[in-house]
Amino acid sequence: MTVIEILDIGLAVLVLGVAAWTIAARELFAAAVGYVAYGLLLSLVWVRLFALDVALTEAAIGSGVTGVLLITAAMRLRGTDPPQASEQLRPMVRVAAATLCIAIAGVLAAGVLMMADPGPTLAPDVARHLGETGLGNPVTAVLMAFRAFDTMLEKVVLILAVIGVWSLAADDAWGSVAGPRPLAHHQGPLTFFAQLLPPVGIVVAVHIAWVGANEPGGAFQGGALLAAMAMIVLMARVVQAPAVDRRWLRVVLVAGPAMFLLIGMIGFAVAAGFLAYPDGIAKPLILFIEAFMVLSIAAVLPLLVIGPPNRPQAGPP
Amino acid sequence: MSAADVFTVVAVSAGAFFFLAGSVGLLRFPDSLTRLHALTKADNLGLGLVVLGLLPQASGLLGGLKLLGVWVLVQLSSATAAQVIAQALGRRRPPP
Amino acid sequence: MTAATLAGLTGAALVGLGVYGLLVLAHPLRKLLCFNLLGSGVFLMFGILARKGGAAGFAADPVPQALVITGIVVAFSATALAVALLLRLFETSGTVTLNPDEQRPE
Repeated sequence: MTVIEILDIGLAVLVLGVAAWTIAARELFAAAVGYVAYGLLLSLVWVRLFALDVALTEAAIGSGVTGVLLITAAMRLRGTDPPQASEQLRPMVRVAAATLCIAIAGVLAAGVLMMADPGPTLAPDVARHLGETGLGNPVTAVLMAFRAFDTMLEKVVLILAVIGVWSLAADDAWGSVAGPRPLAHHQGPLTFFAQLLPPVGIVVAVHIAWVGANEPGGAFQGGALLAAMAMIVLMARVVQAPAVDRRWLRVVLVAGPAMFLLIGMIGFAVAAGFLAYPDGIAKPLILFIEAFMVLSIAAVLPLLVIGPPNRPQAGPP
Repeated sequence: MSAADVFTVVAVSAGAFFFLAGSVGLLRFPDSLTRLHALTKADNLGLGLVVLGLLPQASGLLGGLKLLGVWVLVQLSSATAAQVIAQALGRRRPPP
Repeated sequence: MTAATLAGLTGAALVGLGVYGLLVLAHPLRKLLCFNLLGSGVFLMFGILARKGGAAGFAADPVPQALVITGIVVAFSATALAVALLLRLFETSGTVTLNPDEQRPE
């Protein structure tokens, strides 16, 4: 057994161990923190699968942004755990559930072991048509060209989620602001951090979105980094979130999918059809759409994390 | 194995040792402040040594600068996180 | 055993763990956590599909990778909506139980 194999097994054990710990953790808050660690370990597994774009997305969105969301929720739900005695399951039921789950995992594991190697693949098709997009990163080409419809609808799903979250606002809070209030006096390390980091983070985010055309990275990862910068300044209470009825905010929210749809429609006139790009200018068009997508993602993710507007308008300021 | 590779192995191993020491401290120390101390002290040294060891392996100047950038950003965020956690601890129960 | 097979087996075990937590744990936020564990296990199984489909100079098939990236983002938006619902439930009823008999009428 080589060193790499031992490390792989160690990583798998660690991932499963942390996952089991998040289930078993006594405190809700600890479980949420465990989930963040789990996500970071999982992105290492993705690196081992040679899926660097997925690893970046998992680290940024699966672990980072989801982590902030879950930790904030765990803080606000403190004291609601443990549940009432009537909700505790009898040992027999637990054993039955465990048996069922072991069976599910066993069937899936058998499927994994019996999987054909090399398996069915679309990689040769992607390789054949990659040149037409002008991109060097095949994953970006799939996201933005070959399966562009999926990606566009996924942006719409993000906006639907924002609408869903906003619709949970109380009547008197509608039109107000979500998230914590800004502090009158800025001080302390968190404020310093929130003022120092965003310029660096914005440069890194733009870099990651830009190199995504040819190397691992792209609109999702860059957008998630921008969103992280927005969340840091919100959490440090340096600025407050915009009110939900601001027109510019709504324009930014729909900018990504709207531009996607618009250029997709133009495809009817100047190319083969919906979401088809004209020969030769596919790459600039894709990067143009991605720029708007980065903006939309950077706006959507923090809005989903801070939740619905929650300040009654009639109350004191 | 070239001299640069030997340097990498030695420095990264030393870094891993400090991570291990920090993790042992995190598990064994009695209260939150000492655990925080173990984490920040040992991990900063550990990460510094790992980055230092990887520098000779970097692909060109840009790769090396990216590694240093990672190091600076992690230093900044871990120092901030340590301060924020310590402040939260101070708020929860005043020092004896 | 290759790294890909190992990752696939990890994914299978994660699905099992996720379903177990979803069934056994009572707190909705914990259920949500387990839902995410379950999802990431499914994504990992996509990952082995991608790795085994590596061809034409790509280490892994890019199509399943792109699907997983889309999946991670959609899973996040579903989680965010569920958290918002949960916090609203807590705000209005003071409890987060999913058991209708235990929710205090107000």
